[in-house]
Amino acid sequence: MLIKFRKASDAHESEVTPKELFLNRRSFMAAAAAAGGTALLPAFPNDARAVFTNLKKDPKFQTLEKPTTLDGITSHNNFYEFGTGKTDPKKNAHTLKPRPWSVEISGHAAKTGVFDLDDILKPHQLEERIYRLRCVEAWSMVIPWVGFPLGDLIKRFEPTSKAKYVAFETLVDTEQMPKQKLPILDWPYVEGLRMDEAMHPLAILAVGIYGDDMPNQNGAPIRLVVPWKYGYKSIKSVVRINFVEKQPPTTWNIQAPGEYGFYSNVNPNRDHPRWSQARERRITGEGGFKALIAPKIETKMFNGYDDVASLYTGMDLIRNH
Amino acid sequence: MNTKTSRRIFKPLVFIASLLPFAYLLYALYSDTALGTKLLTDDPVQKFDRELGDWTLIFIIITLTVRPLADILKKRELIAYRRMLGLFAFFYGVLHVSSYVGLNLQLEFAEFVKDVVKRPFITVGIIAFTAMAALAATSTKGMIKRMGGRAWTRLHWLIYPIAVLGVVHFYMMIRADFSRPVIYGSIIFVLLAYRYVVKLRRDGKRKRRDAETAAA
Repeated sequence: MLIKFRKASDAHESEVTPKELFLNRRSFMAAAAAAGGTALLPAFPNDARAVFTNLKKDPKFQTLEKPTTLDGITSHNNFYEFGTGKTDPKKNAHTLKPRPWSVEISGHAAKTGVFDLDDILKPHQLEERIYRLRCVEAWSMVIPWVGFPLGDLIKRFEPTSKAKYVAFETLVDTEQMPKQKLPILDWPYVEGLRMDEAMHPLAILAVGIYGDDMPNQNGAPIRLVVPWKYGYKSIKSVVRINFVEKQPPTTWNIQAPGEYGFYSNVNPNRDHPRWSQARERRITGEGGFKALIAPKIETKMFNGYDDVASLYTGMDLIRNH
Repeated sequence: MNTKTSRRIFKPLVFIASLLPFAYLLYALYSDTALGTKLLTDDPVQKFDRELGDWTLIFIIITLTVRPLADILKKRELIAYRRMLGLFAFFYGVLHVSSYVGLNLQLEFAEFVKDVVKRPFITVGIIAFTAMAALAATSTKGMIKRMGGRAWTRLHWLIYPIAVLGVVHFYMMIRADFSRPVIYGSIIFVLLAYRYVVKLRRDGKRKRRDAETAAA
């Protein structure tokens, strides 16, 4: 089996993109332009614009639901490091430099240190995972991520028995993330998972969307995706993964403990003080009147990912929200 | 130009200007639907909620500014615009609530009742809106006459607590970055402080006058 991994050197500029692919992409663009511009792009153009080749596509992680368009996924973001408005990250995230990027692995593990991201990615088979993303603000998307199981990475660094939780941290850099100059949140943005949650095959680290590099506003170059939890658990632009013994602090829980718990599992039965969580608005990427009157969708427990229920047997998920 | 002619010219202008935010939302909806733009973002429901709520607050603030402005510029005739501006605040308030109930909750009234009871920021908003409806309903000349000037003035003093509740509603709704409600709140605070100082002075004058009459 041929598995192509991206090296530091073929980061993302066209000069080092495999040539045939680069040419394909060009001819595709030319064809699209000839056919009448971007409006005629297929709804799911991942193969056409892919820089990631030979993505594993397990049918278990595909979905019949229609993915949100790339424009939708990249235009409607909560990424307060670039502003609190939904359209701010798209406008402001160009200051983020996703390469070179290093990630520190620390805490209770046999192998720790600061690693170049491309070295971290090298041994992993990248996959496409089409997941629903449910925001606590009662909207949702369907996103074709490119990533690999978080558990595979964790195993490589050999956490010790003391590692009961995994803590994550976003970059702090007021030049790259200008809104960090303002005390909007308690920077850095921090998140965490219990070890068994982190090891669950559904939890991934994502490095792309629609077969291409992760757009800056979506958390480039590497972010967590935990599809059965509210979106804010899926921390973006990760620079540190720390194996810890005690439940780590998490940003929104610090901000408002009564509203956002550590677990933050999608749960239509646990009413949030601000929003009913019973239903959600699906952001399709198609705006206008259609989006204005589209019927809401019933929110499912664990965002429909029932596989994870066994992680929480015997737990009161209202109290441990 | 006398007051009457200027009013005949400016009143329609103010009226049209007050409709512009609403007209823009309609245009944006048309443009997004027919021309594929994203003026209302990818979540037009939330955009409608927010924009309409914002304009409600802005018109409440504009309405509150009329009296101090008339005093400072010594142009009593400006007061003539206050009712219309107040009614526009209510107009945007009605649209804001309609957008919330109609588009956001999709007319699930059971959900609405639950929201009003359970979510403090909605409770506060609905109280402010109900009070605003009472002011709108008593805004006609006939109602002023029927109620009598003093009772009417006392009722319409409610615009101050309404403004405060509106800002509190906005503040409570926000998850982080409270700059906007803080700006609105500060303006309202200044306007309230101004009215209070004016009242203190007037009371002082009256007392002095009473004292003088008594002495004479």
